[in-house]
Amino acid sequence: MSALADTRNAPVLQAAGLQKRFGSVVAASDMSLEVGHGERVSLIGSNGAGKTTFVNMITGYIRPDAGSIALDGRAITGMTPRAITHLGVARSFQIPQLCAGLTVLDNMLVATACHGRSLSFLRPAHRADAIERAEALLKRFGLAAQSGRRVSELPGGVRKLLDIAMALTEQPRLLLLDEPTSGVSVEEKFPMMDTVMQALEEEAMTVLFVEHDMDIVERYASRVVAFYSGRIIADAAPADALANEEVRRYVTGTLR
Amino acid sequence: MNQLITILIDGITYASWLFIVALGLTLVFGVLKILNIAHGSFYAVGAYAAASFVSWFGAMQFAPSWSLVAMLLAAVAVAALVAPLCERSLLRPFYGRDEVLLVLVTYALFLILEDVTKLIWGVNPYYVTDPYALFGNVDIGEQSYVGYDFMLVAVAVVVGVAVWWGLNRTRQGKLVLAVIHSEEVASSMGVNVSRVYMLAFGVGIFLAALGGALTAPMISVQPGVSVGVIIVSFAVVIIGGLGSIPGAAIGALIVGLARSLAVHTAPVAELFSVYIVMAVVLMFRPEGLFQRIQARKI
Amino acid sequence: MQATSATLDKPALATRHGAGRPRTLLAGLVLIALLIGAGALLPKWLTFLLTMAASHGLVSLGIVVLMRCGVVSFGQGMVFALGGYTAALLFNRLGMTDALGMALAGGLVAALAALLVARLIAGYRGIFFAMLTLALSMVLYGVLVKTDAVGGSDGFNMGRATLLGQALPDASVGYLLYAVTIGLSGVLALAARVYFDSTRGLVSLAVRENELRVEYLGGSVRQAVAANFVIAAFLGGVGGALTVMSLGHIDPNFSYWTSSGEFVFVAILAGYHSVLAVFIASTLLEIVRSFSSLYFPNTWQLALGIFLLLAIRFLPGGIGSLWAGGKIKTSNGGRP
Repeated sequence: MSALADTRNAPVLQAAGLQKRFGSVVAASDMSLEVGHGERVSLIGSNGAGKTTFVNMITGYIRPDAGSIALDGRAITGMTPRAITHLGVARSFQIPQLCAGLTVLDNMLVATACHGRSLSFLRPAHRADAIERAEALLKRFGLAAQSGRRVSELPGGVRKLLDIAMALTEQPRLLLLDEPTSGVSVEEKFPMMDTVMQALEEEAMTVLFVEHDMDIVERYASRVVAFYSGRIIADAAPADALANEEVRRYVTGTLR
Repeated sequence: MNQLITILIDGITYASWLFIVALGLTLVFGVLKILNIAHGSFYAVGAYAAASFVSWFGAMQFAPSWSLVAMLLAAVAVAALVAPLCERSLLRPFYGRDEVLLVLVTYALFLILEDVTKLIWGVNPYYVTDPYALFGNVDIGEQSYVGYDFMLVAVAVVVGVAVWWGLNRTRQGKLVLAVIHSEEVASSMGVNVSRVYMLAFGVGIFLAALGGALTAPMISVQPGVSVGVIIVSFAVVIIGGLGSIPGAAIGALIVGLARSLAVHTAPVAELFSVYIVMAVVLMFRPEGLFQRIQARKI
Repeated sequence: MQATSATLDKPALATRHGAGRPRTLLAGLVLIALLIGAGALLPKWLTFLLTMAASHGLVSLGIVVLMRCGVVSFGQGMVFALGGYTAALLFNRLGMTDALGMALAGGLVAALAALLVARLIAGYRGIFFAMLTLALSMVLYGVLVKTDAVGGSDGFNMGRATLLGQALPDASVGYLLYAVTIGLSGVLALAARVYFDSTRGLVSLAVRENELRVEYLGGSVRQAVAANFVIAAFLGGVGGALTVMSLGHIDPNFSYWTSSGEFVFVAILAGYHSVLAVFIASTLLEIVRSFSSLYFPNTWQLALGIFLLLAIRFLPGGIGSLWAGGKIKTSNGGRP
């Protein structure tokens, strides 16, 4: 199944038999997935198919009714978002969740401060080593020039990049990108994803990204997992997954 | 048994007074989403205006029973003159801003009105106690109660029914309800939200002023009257639920009875009994007993 | 090239914070020393005014601490009263007369009380946080008024404090209290500045902006708000104790809502960017209050009210935003 995974290491993420209902709606039914180190897995599916539910269960926003989730072999089912973040799962948001009144640099420093190792009543937030690391990461995302600007003054595309950069600050084990190119104009999508993916390559980061744009999926995913009606209906390399009959019928709409 | 009746009667009369005063506060919050600290100031202005109107009526040789009309007119005058002025110049520039910011704006308004009343009416107390004797005394059991207090109960009921009827049975009231539910949707449906705001604010101020006007014969009308009223109205409205009219009634009853109980059985608790109830409600059911808005609790 | 533009556009904010810190602290200490020294030359009414400005300023500083994580407390009167009554009772009942001792005791008692309710209170925001803090301060007021053991609604007086075992002649006690108040307030103000610039301080600002993101970055919103609540209580308690020592009298009005309102007024006027601004705003209020009874007894509240409206309308970031924090775009609906 995960032919591209590095089979020498344990899977970064192991989700098994995840179930979730909301009242009478089955949002997730027997979802299982294993992701190896360095994989770039795209989660596709139409709205309401279960991708968001899956992501929310992985990040601790909701608790699965049944099933288990493990990060590097360690069970994280039912933990709070905060605890899961500390174990190494980071996420970005479809609508960028930033501190709009603070500067770009301050947002990066917030990410460092929240992670806790340097949390103190005395230690300055703006110390040289923290700033240096933050600016290095901003540089990889092409945001170095904006570091002194207030977020509320910045355009959407820049905010998206910052949102992702913040998630990367504390070197997570697993990064979840929630629709990274949604709301980004057509001509900016590829340059943006180029920047993001290159930065992630340098870290050999394991990434799951929810995406609706199949061009983006084909170009950047090493593996595609398709959702429909609360189930995973395909899990393969992009070419194979996108040629799958069910995927074509229920996700990409290229089969009547 | 007698004491129980006394507690009940005192509680209900106090609750009636509270209801008349707090109703306006909850209405203004429900429609404009403003928790108006200056509500007590409008109460005070109503009391002062009533003192003036009753004096004028007396000077013009009207019969004593006309003093009630004088008080009503005073309340109307306050609402008609002061409300539009305050709403337009002081509140309108801040609509849509953070709810706590708006509270601060009304705090500024409270400070301003405190001095405005001093400038208009001076610092010496006014006494207009004649109307208090209008309804004579009522004997229940061994206790003698002032008829005026029961008049207040009647007014509270009338006001409550009138506001309920006005909101639920008239066309204008339905527009107000629409704005309470969602200002954005109502506005996009063509409702003149500005007018609704003005109307709701006007009614709210009228009720505050009416409360003050009707209370004028019972107290010495002087600077500082507003301060105690504000805080107890807040308690009533928080307990009943911000923006809820039945809530204001229930809240008033709870506060009225709690205070009455304390006064008669444990005077040491008289003052803080109200605020303890307010704090407890906030801790366990912050949206109040009648849910109207979701409390921002994490 | 990317590299050069990055180095050329180094954010001024970061370098200012990083390099400027020891300088700011030094400047602060010099200012405190100057004020204490100058106090010996100033007329008594002025040193008293400044003493009140500083002790009240501490209470407002507590509100600013909470504003920085997104909530406004309408009940600082509670900790102000707790601190004041603690100091006065220590003096009268236990014979503790040391000014510093009483001040710190006041702060500790207030902080302990806050600790009891901190976790609960940290779950509230907006109007409900304001109302709950208000309710608690009014509960304390109600209790104090009816407790004859502490003087009931009249309160009680306390005598002159001492410092480090030294009792001073009546003529000098005013200056002693001035020095202690300015010194202690100054040190606490500098400590507040250090806290604001710390990693926890930054997390507080982030909580104000986006609680969700803070949780998803691994931060604890509840911890941040609770910690700020306790710190604000300590500052308020110390302020209350210092006030009582100079005033010589305490009564339940310390906990009344109008008292809390005045502290909020100063905090809003000052904004949350500059610690110095809080004390400047507090001094302005004391000046207006002092001269009001002589010159404009019936219009000073009117002036304050208009002042507040103008500040909210035209300087939403407070006085402090004039030199620290820059222009605040009201992207979050203009929260104070």
